[in-house]
Amino acid sequence: MRVAGKGQIDQSTPISFSFDGIQYRGFAGDTVASALLANDIRLMARSFKYHRPRGVLTAGSEEPNALMTVGRDGATDPNVRATVQEIYEGLELRSQNAWPSLEYDVMAVNDLASPFLGAGFYYKTFMWPRAFWERVYEPIIRRAAGLGALSGKKQSDKYERAYAHCDVLVIGAGPTGLMAALRAANSGADVILADEDSVMGGRLNSESFEVDGQAGADWAAGIVAQLREMNNVRLMTRTTVAGVYDQGTFGALERVNHHTSVRDGKAPLETFWRIVAKQSILAAGAIERPIAFQNNDRPGIMTAGAVRSYLNRWGVAPGKAITVFANNDDAHRTAMDMQAAGVHVAAVIDSRSNVQALGDYTLIKGAHVCGTTGRKGLETITVRSSAGTQSISTDCLAMSGGWNPTVHLTCHMNGRPMWREDIASFVPKEGTIPNMTVAGACNGDFSTHACLGAGLEAAAKAVTALGKTPVEIDMPQAEDTAYKMEPLWAVPGKGRAWVDFQNDVSVKDVKQAAFENFRSVEHMKRYTTQGMATDQGKNSNVTALALLADATGRGIPETGTTTFRPPYSPIAMAAFGAGAEGKGFAPERKTTSHVATIEDGAPMMEAGLWYRPSYFPIKGEKTWRQSCDREVGYVRNAVGVCDVSTLGKIDIQGPDAAELLDFVYTNMFSSLKVGRVRYGLMLREDGYVMDDGTTARLSETHFVMTTTTAAAGAVMRYLEFVTQVLRPELDVRLMSVTEQWAQFAVAGPQSRELLNGLLDQTLDNETWPFMACGDVSISGVQGRLFRISFSGEHAYEIAVPARYGDSLFRTLTAKATEMGGGPYGVEALNVLRIEKGFITHAEIHGRVTAFDIGMGRMISAKKDCIGKTMAARDGMLDEDRERLMGFKPVGAVKQLTAGAHLYNEGDEATAEFDKGYLTSVAFSPTLGHFMALGFVRGGPERLGDRLRMVDHMRQIETIVEVCDPVVFDPKGERTRG
Amino acid sequence: MRLPCPICGERDIREFYYQGADVALNRPAPDAGDDAWQDYVYLRDNQPGEHRDLWQHESGCGSWIVVSRNTVTHEVSGAKLAKEIKRTKA
Amino acid sequence: MRFSGLRVLKEGLTGNKGWTPHWRNPEPKAEYDVIIIGGGGHGLATAHYLASVHGITNVAVLEKGYLGGGNVGRNTTIVRANYGLPGNSEFYSHSLKLWEGLEEDLNYNVMHSQRGIINLFNSDGSRDAAARRGNQMASQGDDAQLLDTAALRKMLPYLDFDQTRFPIYGGLYHPRGGTARHDAVAWGFARAADQRGVDLIQQCEVTGIDVVDGVVKGVQTTRGPIRAKKIGITAAGRSSEVAAMAGMRLPIESHVLQAFVTEGLKPMIDTVITYEAGHFYISQSDKGGLVFGGSLDLYSSYASRGNLPMAEHVIESACTLMPAITKAKVLRSWGGIMDMSADGSPIIDKTHVDGLYVNCGWCYGGFKATPGSGHVFAHLMATDYPHPVATKHRLDRFRTGVGIMDEEASGSQHNLH
Repeated sequence: MRVAGKGQIDQSTPISFSFDGIQYRGFAGDTVASALLANDIRLMARSFKYHRPRGVLTAGSEEPNALMTVGRDGATDPNVRATVQEIYEGLELRSQNAWPSLEYDVMAVNDLASPFLGAGFYYKTFMWPRAFWERVYEPIIRRAAGLGALSGKKQSDKYERAYAHCDVLVIGAGPTGLMAALRAANSGADVILADEDSVMGGRLNSESFEVDGQAGADWAAGIVAQLREMNNVRLMTRTTVAGVYDQGTFGALERVNHHTSVRDGKAPLETFWRIVAKQSILAAGAIERPIAFQNNDRPGIMTAGAVRSYLNRWGVAPGKAITVFANNDDAHRTAMDMQAAGVHVAAVIDSRSNVQALGDYTLIKGAHVCGTTGRKGLETITVRSSAGTQSISTDCLAMSGGWNPTVHLTCHMNGRPMWREDIASFVPKEGTIPNMTVAGACNGDFSTHACLGAGLEAAAKAVTALGKTPVEIDMPQAEDTAYKMEPLWAVPGKGRAWVDFQNDVSVKDVKQAAFENFRSVEHMKRYTTQGMATDQGKNSNVTALALLADATGRGIPETGTTTFRPPYSPIAMAAFGAGAEGKGFAPERKTTSHVATIEDGAPMMEAGLWYRPSYFPIKGEKTWRQSCDREVGYVRNAVGVCDVSTLGKIDIQGPDAAELLDFVYTNMFSSLKVGRVRYGLMLREDGYVMDDGTTARLSETHFVMTTTTAAAGAVMRYLEFVTQVLRPELDVRLMSVTEQWAQFAVAGPQSRELLNGLLDQTLDNETWPFMACGDVSISGVQGRLFRISFSGEHAYEIAVPARYGDSLFRTLTAKATEMGGGPYGVEALNVLRIEKGFITHAEIHGRVTAFDIGMGRMISAKKDCIGKTMAARDGMLDEDRERLMGFKPVGAVKQLTAGAHLYNEGDEATAEFDKGYLTSVAFSPTLGHFMALGFVRGGPERLGDRLRMVDHMRQIETIVEVCDPVVFDPKGERTRG
Repeated sequence: MRLPCPICGERDIREFYYQGADVALNRPAPDAGDDAWQDYVYLRDNQPGEHRDLWQHESGCGSWIVVSRNTVTHEVSGAKLAKEIKRTKA
Repeated sequence: MRFSGLRVLKEGLTGNKGWTPHWRNPEPKAEYDVIIIGGGGHGLATAHYLASVHGITNVAVLEKGYLGGGNVGRNTTIVRANYGLPGNSEFYSHSLKLWEGLEEDLNYNVMHSQRGIINLFNSDGSRDAAARRGNQMASQGDDAQLLDTAALRKMLPYLDFDQTRFPIYGGLYHPRGGTARHDAVAWGFARAADQRGVDLIQQCEVTGIDVVDGVVKGVQTTRGPIRAKKIGITAAGRSSEVAAMAGMRLPIESHVLQAFVTEGLKPMIDTVITYEAGHFYISQSDKGGLVFGGSLDLYSSYASRGNLPMAEHVIESACTLMPAITKAKVLRSWGGIMDMSADGSPIIDKTHVDGLYVNCGWCYGGFKATPGSGHVFAHLMATDYPHPVATKHRLDRFRTGVGIMDEEASGSQHNLH
């Protein structure tokens, strides 16, 4: 019910929204929780395990009960906290985890069966019969899992990620944070002040305190206004600093647009921030803890501070007859504030005997609330005191077991908090986060005066650490009431007293865990699921471990806490990974021929980050094989053109360039003549093949290395490693020029003829023999020509500066087409190289040696090179290793498949008889049958043998003959022709 | 995590490539024997605490650097260019 | 006490007063036949099989923290036998068979759920590699099927088949793969070992290993010296630290691996899915949380916590692969310390010290290996001969080059496995 004259929200702007299809009215500034309470709605959700009716417990992000679903279809947000979600016109909310309705939930039957469903019951049963777990038991358990539901549709909201940097990050904008930000900013620091709430001020907005003679909320608004005027301050409301990482990095979630209905795609719904701060000040406040007593979870029972929040901030009385149950003075203010607002206070029950009423209300001292009635909304409480037991009618019980400092962020880097006996709470240990100062309530200082002062001091410390001088700021006047409390964790007695509300963990569960010897706090947590709900135990963990300490006869400090882990409050995956949807996952690299290739209708395939054409279909072709076979024919019979720009190109220059190459390649490069190209094999230091490629010598001191597409980045990095770490004495410079040059293979018997019609010079076999290289010009454009071949044909690769790539590709393909050839794609390229036994990373897949691929002799005996020593280990040279060979089908089935395994004829196709596997397979239109490369034990010793090829995955089996990997033109005459 | 590149200043680890312990600075001679090579290529001290490891500022200046870092706290106490370390040793 | 549905019923009717402790809290004895250093999954499993298979019950498991507090308590709970290389293939096949009888063996419901695993692949090349691996599995007697996109669309309709940066070409389906409740695995082994007389000693940190003339004699601990005839190290990410106490340097680098869980949600993902292009894996727990992970943070670390770049990268995979789940909110992220070996495969072997055995290098695949690892390590420690399915996991393979099992084919850089 709304209380006239109370609250700070704008009660002149009504807003309508719906919950479970029923329309309600609230005001601008209301949260769903405050608006529903104003409408006298107390039942808002069901608990996880027993489906107990639940209302709102808190007024903040720690809310464990009042979780709802917002939105529809791809914009559906499950598990939204009613205490955080602000209302807007047309907001639609639905209850969760209840069927058929929140009011009548059949799964509440679980509550009746609870004696059989206690902590860890599932570990002790459902074991028989064995097959029943997947078929019967688990499906039933899974059906009951979870709270809210995903829509099943593609997420449709906009999310963003961003970076921010500052001198001082102030986390929390209560009295502490405001003073800290004000002083740091006035001292010249760049400040970010972040608060999870929509309005800054923290508890000042929820209390009836005055600061400097003003209402606390007004004072806070005044400071915020001052800060807003400063250029060196960024105020971030609705922003939760959720994680602390190394070297002053923070993860924060800004809920940019959840409070409006606007979804125009301009502003994101949420932004995930990476904030880097030189200094940070944690002013995160404290969270009030409930008391465990029988049926302490009725809708209408909430924390005392939350009740004050609803009254003082939102002008809502969560009941007509308020009771308070507490172990501390602070909670008495709930009664005072309620009375001042004209709301009836039925009684204040205080567990302490030695306590005075602060005002004119009924105080029952030395008493406990030991039971409640009202299944869907609190009706009465039972109070037990030395005077006996009495029942009191109440529809709202404000409870307080004291306050827990919000230490979470100080523990994200493995720090553990320390126990402070006087406040019966954990406080941060100093120095757990480098360059972080902890101040105010989160440090165990609870009075407004103490918080304001702590904020000023924290700022001075941070500013001084930055090398600046802190300016003096006048200390505002504020209350400085001592925090008086005596610990009360659980009221003794029968029945179920709830500790973790959402997960339905009771005092009994904690005790049972201890009894079953789950004495470690981690064991208790994991056995009972205590603290594993969506609030991660913010409301319950300290109570649970106090109970565990009691049950195991240890002190609370030695019992310890569980580990605090990021995020502080949950973050949507869509925000955490914003921008990565669809193609945003990784950059797209396109060659200069991309546009022309797409125009030609070629389907593209991914090659690492690059796109390459699979094939270039022409009219009438129905399958990729038809196109591929035709393109192979271009190269074998006329001329084909293929963009090979994706291969890595590394420019290597300097007096010691040749020495570097001798060191990184197994074979010799210092002996390579200028104007010539050589194939090179590169090993990792562990002796296995890393990459291969050709390197051209353009001058005595200038080489251009080619790498495979896949290894381009790794090889570049590796060369830098060699030149900076292993051999820094080498005078050599490296530069990746992969993207600077567009490079095209021109391959086939008519390749020279094509080029001779294009280049500004004439090629012949004398001046441009196989493996020659040099500068050429094409219509005046300086380029490079390499006579190399990956197809076994007379072929060249021509390179021009990338800006001419599109034009050259179009020219080359047009000319090739005129000559009966044309462009070819990766599929044809693959067939051509398999016919010639040329390897790719399908063969040099990281587990093969030079010996395995028949290149053992390429490891020069005359020099050291990377990997040489380890490649000489016995195991690397075993004749029985799986070694590269060619394979052709000789059985009834003519198809081969890559990934198939090999066995001797007559052997079973089982692992113990395994002899090898196929790596690359193609149908060779040139030879008219399938061809394969693969590895077989013994390698060359098996030449001519027949083997069983079995592919269980594709259900193909045949007989293959082991042959030389090079089946087409084994002497290489076509290449040199 | 952020690392102090000696050339570029403090940068986010997104810009760096990690290789491993700085054993790579001391590549054995080809004839150093099995033990030395096994030590170099495979075996690692890998004790918790102060650690020196090799990174490359791959998305920055390309420098290979040796970072002094605590593997328990992730505190970074400094970074030097690998080639400078090699040079001063030589 | 034997656990059963009947027992749960009886206790429920009588106020749950009859339950007994899962295990004892024994004081360490002066001497044991066998000491296991490390009370995680592998250590507890080793103790269980030493007792149950080999009848060796004078055994202590020394744990510096709490039982099951290592990686067995902070993983993504995946159980599978889908390895491609001989050596690993038969070992994990063996381990999966043990999983399939684990509940009966332990009288503990570890919730082993064979809901299937699908490894998605994103290129022709990786399809062929998946086929090769599937064929290895099949030839090992395990189950594998190569699925095309039509089949996948039916099974996993919520994947983005059309817009994703690296299109899905298909998947390798391993129906017997699945998940298990990770903590329960540790507790089940612990309880079973305890019931056979094994002493589980928590809060007992080993500070030294006593070796005399090349023979192991015992350990120094924070609870005093303890003698033993045989000592096994099952210390996962802390293996190098423990091995150094016996003067050993291992081919191990410790790295942090993060994992994540979302708030509880109604069931949507009923299998385990892995995404090669982003190195991402996800399943949904019986409580409703989406449990997922990805790559190592890639720098060596003992901090058991990670940093944002990898956390974001892992979640980016979810965004591109399954945009229908990204409204789920990440509830918790955590990190474990992984014993990354130099070839990505484990080491289960004797050492140069008589009576000292080492079981390490599980990288981030240790959870599914838990029963298998314990089983073969117990065999090795009891008989001094490797179990037939673990003959290749030798410590000297790096020296000889014989039997290196580089599953990821990434060479001797520990963090790339």
